[in-house]
Amino acid sequence: MVQMTDVTKIYDSSSTVALDGINLTINEGEFVFLVGPSGSGKTTLMKLITGEVRATAGEIVVNDFDMIKIKRRKLPRVRRTLGVIFQDYRLIENMTVYDNVAFAMRVVGAKGKSIAKRVPYVLELVGLEGREKRFPNELSGGEQQRVAIARALVNNPRMIVADEPTGNLDPVRSLELMLLFEKINEMGTTILVVTHEKELVNAFSKRVITIDDGHVVSDDGDGYYSYELE
Amino acid sequence: MIREGFRSIKIHGFMSFASVTIITACLIIMGSIFLLSLNIDALIADLEQQNEVVAFVDESIVDEDEAKSLEGSILGISNIWAADFVSRDSAMDSFMSKYDDRLMEGIDSTVFRHRFVIHLTDISQMADTKAELEAIPGIAKVNAHIEYADRFVRVRNIVSVVSLILTVILVFVSFFIMSNTIKLTTYGRREEIAIMKMVGATNGFIRTPFIIEGLILGILGGLFGFLAVWGIYTLLNSSLLDTLTGSFLSLVPFRTIMFPLLGAYIGIGILIGVFGGVNAIRNYLKV
Repeated sequence: MVQMTDVTKIYDSSSTVALDGINLTINEGEFVFLVGPSGSGKTTLMKLITGEVRATAGEIVVNDFDMIKIKRRKLPRVRRTLGVIFQDYRLIENMTVYDNVAFAMRVVGAKGKSIAKRVPYVLELVGLEGREKRFPNELSGGEQQRVAIARALVNNPRMIVADEPTGNLDPVRSLELMLLFEKINEMGTTILVVTHEKELVNAFSKRVITIDDGHVVSDDGDGYYSYELE
Repeated sequence: MIREGFRSIKIHGFMSFASVTIITACLIIMGSIFLLSLNIDALIADLEQQNEVVAFVDESIVDEDEAKSLEGSILGISNIWAADFVSRDSAMDSFMSKYDDRLMEGIDSTVFRHRFVIHLTDISQMADTKAELEAIPGIAKVNAHIEYADRFVRVRNIVSVVSLILTVILVFVSFFIMSNTIKLTTYGRREEIAIMKMVGATNGFIRTPFIIEGLILGILGGLFGFLAVWGIYTLLNSSLLDTLTGSFLSLVPFRTIMFPLLGAYIGIGILIGVFGGVNAIRNYLKV
């Protein structure tokens, strides 16, 4: 669950106003697309959710954590309720598929037994069974992104935040990935996907939030990519 | 946690190797300077010991045992390390052995005085000690080469200051090189750290493997450095023994400094490894 009230973010270094008076609520179990042109503030909005940057003004609550007042050393607690996915997958090259996923569980202090049980289950869920011993560079882009999704899912997050997850994939792989997100969403996990891809957004009938120049310009409950304004 | 540290060393094989090499190299250079100054110091100390002070017993004391009894008061002076009694007879004998016998015709030992040949602990205090000796009743005269002593002290001070300055410069240089090497080794791991942060790792969790890794690399570097210096030193010592200089110049035996040196090496290695590791990842933890 994400709740933003009058959120403004100004970067100190350049005094750029990245976000200006953002109000939005994403409820538990929703599937939301966040769209907008480059430089519109999409990435900043994501970073506010993950705690990578702090808001200049306003209120932000992410999975019951107050992101304005939270101490830096408590940030890991918020992040354990989130699963983050990036355009460039961000896998560790010298670890196998299995270790890339298991690593996320070790980081949060999971026991060896539960890791051995959970990792194969998640890899099967994303369709990577039999690929456990491969290294990232032996996999296709679509497969690598599935490893990233498995890693995001493995700690059972309340919400998945994906930044341009299909940016490096062809249309068929992209569609498969979205179907996977839909499947995960049906299991109860909130999904927030930041994307450029109009066809993809229009293919699913989901909520679409459009931002431009740091403002929410539309919030359409029955998804259509409305960024033709420009 | 310890397993994570070892695993990380294995995964980042080349960079681990580079770090150990740098620590080893720095320690070899530092150790060489230390051993050089140690040997110069020992050499000077040896020369100092050969610079003796002679205290002559008053002529009125003829009896050998009576003269000898002054030894107690002489050794009572704190700066005196040893005092050897030389009777007037043996003084004459050694004098005669140095010069032509004919010179000595008609001379008997009564022209010589009983004396003590004295070695000091600290020759920089020679003037004070001389005065103290002269104050002992029964001591007539004290011969001491104070100007030589001063010269030795000066050389010794210069050596200590120069080696101290060199060591300090080297420590700074090694820390600088080390810190940069570890920064290089961790540069490639920014991504890994960023990913760890993203999945909710605490800073402590991220730092611990780096600390353990630094610890292991530091111990290895210290150990290799020690072995290398040991080898070089032994080799140098044995080749020196074969030369002419070796007959009157000998190195401080490695055995006597072995354990303190090993301790210092491993200690410095750990210090450089751990601080280098923690310092290098500090910036990546601020996400």
